[in-house]
Amino acid sequence: MKAPFKISVEKRMEEIPKWMPAAISLGAVLVAFIISGIILLFTGSNPIRIFRFFFNAAFGSWGAFSDILVKATPLIMIGTGYCLAFKMNIISIGGEGQFYMGAFFASLVVLVPLVPLDSPKILVLSLMALMGIIGGGLYGLIPGVLKAYFNVNEIITTLMLNYVAVNWNNYWIFGKYSDAGFQMTPTFDKVAWLPRLADLSKNIPFFSGITLHLGVVFGLIAAVLIWVILKSSRWGYEITLIGDNPRAAEYAGVNIKRNILLVMVISGALAGLAGMSEVTGVVHRLQERISTNYGFSGVIVAWLAKLNPLAVIPISILFGGLIVAGREIQPSGLSFLIQGLTLFLVISSDILLRYKIRITRRQEKAL
Amino acid sequence: MNIEAIIRAGLSTGTILIFAAIGEILAERSGVMNLGLEGVMLVGAMAAFKTSHVTQNAWLGLIAGILAGGILSLAHGLVSIHLQADQTVSGLSLTFLGTGLALVLGEGLTGLNVPTLPNVDIPLLSSIPGIGRIFFSDFNILVYVGYILIPLSWYFIFKTRPGMHLRAVGEKPSAADSLGINVYGTRYLYTFIGGCLAGLAGASISIAISSGWYSNLTTSGQGWIAIALVIFARWNPIPAAMGGYLFGMLRRFTLDLQGPMSILGFRNPFFYDHNLVFFLQMVPFLLTIIALLWGSGAARRKRLGAPTALGVPYVRGERGM
Amino acid sequence: MTMTTEGRPFAVEMRDIVLRFPGVLANDHINFTLQKGEIHALLGENGAGKSTLMNILSGLYRPDSGTIKVNGTPETFNSPRDAISCGIGMVHQHFMLVPTLTVTENILLGLKTPRFFMRLSKYDKKIQALQEEFGLKVNPSAKIWQLSVGEQQRVEILKTLYRGADVLILDEPTAVLAPQEIDELIGTMRALVKQGKSIIFISHKLNEVKAVADRLTILRKGKTTAEGINPEGLSRGDLAELMVGREVLFHINKEIQSPGDVVFEVENLSTDNDQGMRAVNNVSLSIREGEIFGIAGIAGNGQSELVEAITGLRPCTGSIRIHDTEVGNCPPYKSIHCGMAHIPEDRMGVGTAPNLSITNNVIMKKYVHPPISKGWRINYTEAQKHAVILKDGYDIQAPNVETPAQKLSGGNLQKLILAREISGQPGVIIAMQPTRGLDVGAIESIQNLLLEQRKNGAAILLLSEELDELLELSDRVAVIFEGELVGQMNASEASLNTIGMMMTGSLRSEE
Repeated sequence: MKAPFKISVEKRMEEIPKWMPAAISLGAVLVAFIISGIILLFTGSNPIRIFRFFFNAAFGSWGAFSDILVKATPLIMIGTGYCLAFKMNIISIGGEGQFYMGAFFASLVVLVPLVPLDSPKILVLSLMALMGIIGGGLYGLIPGVLKAYFNVNEIITTLMLNYVAVNWNNYWIFGKYSDAGFQMTPTFDKVAWLPRLADLSKNIPFFSGITLHLGVVFGLIAAVLIWVILKSSRWGYEITLIGDNPRAAEYAGVNIKRNILLVMVISGALAGLAGMSEVTGVVHRLQERISTNYGFSGVIVAWLAKLNPLAVIPISILFGGLIVAGREIQPSGLSFLIQGLTLFLVISSDILLRYKIRITRRQEKAL
Repeated sequence: MNIEAIIRAGLSTGTILIFAAIGEILAERSGVMNLGLEGVMLVGAMAAFKTSHVTQNAWLGLIAGILAGGILSLAHGLVSIHLQADQTVSGLSLTFLGTGLALVLGEGLTGLNVPTLPNVDIPLLSSIPGIGRIFFSDFNILVYVGYILIPLSWYFIFKTRPGMHLRAVGEKPSAADSLGINVYGTRYLYTFIGGCLAGLAGASISIAISSGWYSNLTTSGQGWIAIALVIFARWNPIPAAMGGYLFGMLRRFTLDLQGPMSILGFRNPFFYDHNLVFFLQMVPFLLTIIALLWGSGAARRKRLGAPTALGVPYVRGERGM
Repeated sequence: MTMTTEGRPFAVEMRDIVLRFPGVLANDHINFTLQKGEIHALLGENGAGKSTLMNILSGLYRPDSGTIKVNGTPETFNSPRDAISCGIGMVHQHFMLVPTLTVTENILLGLKTPRFFMRLSKYDKKIQALQEEFGLKVNPSAKIWQLSVGEQQRVEILKTLYRGADVLILDEPTAVLAPQEIDELIGTMRALVKQGKSIIFISHKLNEVKAVADRLTILRKGKTTAEGINPEGLSRGDLAELMVGREVLFHINKEIQSPGDVVFEVENLSTDNDQGMRAVNNVSLSIREGEIFGIAGIAGNGQSELVEAITGLRPCTGSIRIHDTEVGNCPPYKSIHCGMAHIPEDRMGVGTAPNLSITNNVIMKKYVHPPISKGWRINYTEAQKHAVILKDGYDIQAPNVETPAQKLSGGNLQKLILAREISGQPGVIIAMQPTRGLDVGAIESIQNLLLEQRKNGAAILLLSEELDELLELSDRVAVIFEGELVGQMNASEASLNTIGMMMTGSLRSEE
């Protein structure tokens, strides 16, 4: 007995409605939450209670919200950098390492020190930002050169370099720049602290304890800048062209090697700036763990944002919420789980953009 | 510096890496790259630990760990093979997924004492003077499993018919397809097997070699080192084994290295600056990059064995125009 | 007749084969017979239908109608496996070999035995014996990537023999071989036939065919123009005519004009193909303002490499000059900057970015110039305006200019490319197979567009498989054969006969 209808999968021939990609991303997030809830049930916890706690921990107070923005800041910068690279089909996952290198280079300003510590704050911070950009940029240049001139797979090189950077960092903070043998440098002098809203609490008591710092401005500017570049600049056009069909780009006279280098350097620089922002705005020292997997979460953020830097902003905030809430609640792996599930579902559902499922009635055979 | 202790530590720790690496070799040889090893290993470790705790039987735990790894990897397989999504992104999300699953489902397991797999001596071989003591006595049983797996997997890949088909699928799936070999089926099978071996690696951490559950510190990056090992070993189990034991020794070595003031008559830099060991820790990753660079020459690639179709979804070409 | 003169059934007999693909009748009631123990050559130009016919015989395609008999028994093939079980094996032009496996392993691939353990030495010996029988020397334990192309071909032949083929179909076997290897192949074919095998070989090279074939069948545009004839009595000229024919499809309005100065020169251009073999050998030519220079030739004789070298997509030696500016062996932007337009052979793979809109495709070479570029930005309003003008002017059928390129039909895609390339009144146009695969209406539009550019003084290099089109459009023609230009002459002086002979290597005249 055959079912009265059949399911067929056909290639989509017409244009995708504009709302579809966003709807799919949103749907994926929702389904991820649902599945996580089911898994939580399975372990005997009460998912509703946990999710409510989740949202409270994240969005319940201004202080918590500020924490979210703080966590979102590096995600915005790293995610934006990834948007640039992925748009050109360069799958770099080196944000983590570039972040550490940026943090390291920026810290050198204070640790060496590169300028006297009684210099004006704006000089110190600007120099640190510059060093952060240089550190991340140089670190991005290495896999860039390997890819452009030797055609070495950038996925693996950037991945490996992440761990090299962490170890490099460890060498210095356990050693020369260590604070009495602990795995961190001494706290930076106040001159190297990025201003935060809490600094204004004398005049505006509302801001007391609010950790939001200037780095978020870096992030927003970076996201808007890259968005403008990708959308309306000549370079953005080249990147999009190379990403869509490198052979056509070559045929059209575009210099592919140069673009690979530029993209790797700039995405590295953005991650490096994120590193600087984290050490000057949040922890105020160089230490072993300055990143909560920003480099990897950044990939998910960029992908969910469909490589649009403006969309990276709200998604980073969402993920920031996941990280902040994840700190508080049991079980501790929940934010990982949701992040992983979301991305998994998004890439699985991408197929819906290319194919559609049709359910039709089986025709009766004419006699 | 106790050479014997270093070698033994290398053999133990290396076994974990080798299980994961051989599994990944099999998967990548069929054309599927699984970057999520770290997550899969963690799930395997958690499943093994929890099952061992609940059933009070380490062997059941072992089976659970293996199966958990395999099943989780099948998700990656579905997304990569049938849905033809980007394998890098899928692999990364698998890392998160696996880590998250392991942490959530492994809640409350830290610090528990569970039945573990036993340490044994190999009857005759352990009595051989010198070598017997170093290689065949008082190791966890899984280490010996590792000894056997290495030549077995090498023989399988290079000397058997299914191994030949495996290589064909990863190298030139169109040729394999034209001769009637099921490309999709082969890829699913080896993705599953790779996941099972990764689960085995995880289980060997939690209920065998470094037994215990330390939430997400359990695997502490060994999954990533295993991925590097696969490339460095050029998708061949024998160099993978040597590299795995070497990397294992490196970990132990870095501790010991800080002890003596001089090595072989030379001033020991590690004694004077302990932190130089961090550079040693970079070695596996740097070596991989160098291996990749060396292998990038087109002519070399033929000899180096990166499966040509690795990471490329297979679509049967149009018949006709 | 269903029997040979000796009263035995044919080894293979195909009657009234019809196969239609969307838009083209590939095989139009074709008859083909193969006697046991003979070498039968199947000749024809590109698109004549010979590969299609053989794909039907080897089980890859199913005919719409017609019958196939093997040794007198009617057979239907649903897949290559069916054909192989009837003893028919095909060696394709593009080898299906796994480079990292050995010869023996490739031969054994996909078979049921050996079951699990492969004692390769045993099979090595088996393969060795097979080799001795047929004179096909190749080292069984060598890896495919270590072998020369000729040796790889032998492995493909061994593959079919091992699977019990009595009838071997060789698709353009000499296309990838060096001259000495070709002699070896001919020796192999003779040895195979001596052992009772029958061979069909597809080719377009008349001298080889004459050297080795017992009988010939010639196809042209899906129909048989000669069936199973003996090449002995025929001259090369006759054969070329049968291949290339005399039909003129339609008349093009080409004005007589006297061309101006030389603006495009190529001198001693040489380049290699991807396999490292020499593909273009010391080619020289010059084109004047308002002149169309056509190059005829059967695909695979170096055309692609020549065009890639000229447009900067392939390294080369020699000189290429546009208005006396040297652009040889320089990246593409140099020649683009000097006003060279390139209409590529591969519309989707090279000529367009599939997911980008018509607008974005149309500005591919213009985005650095105002008014499209505005400083560091792109003025998309201007770009769209430009795209709309081009869309209307060149009659590109699409919903709007934001439609992604991959949604366009072949003809419209080509119009898009032409619009982009020639709307800027380029001085030099390189057009490679500009009308391939298009319907009559689109073909006519594109030809007229090219003629208009010619009137405006462009120097055009045209490569086309359609000989009629080439001769009608060009002012001067040459033929490319095995990487060299043979015979440059005025189009008015060229006869199909002569051109056909040059295309098949029968005539090499230097002018």
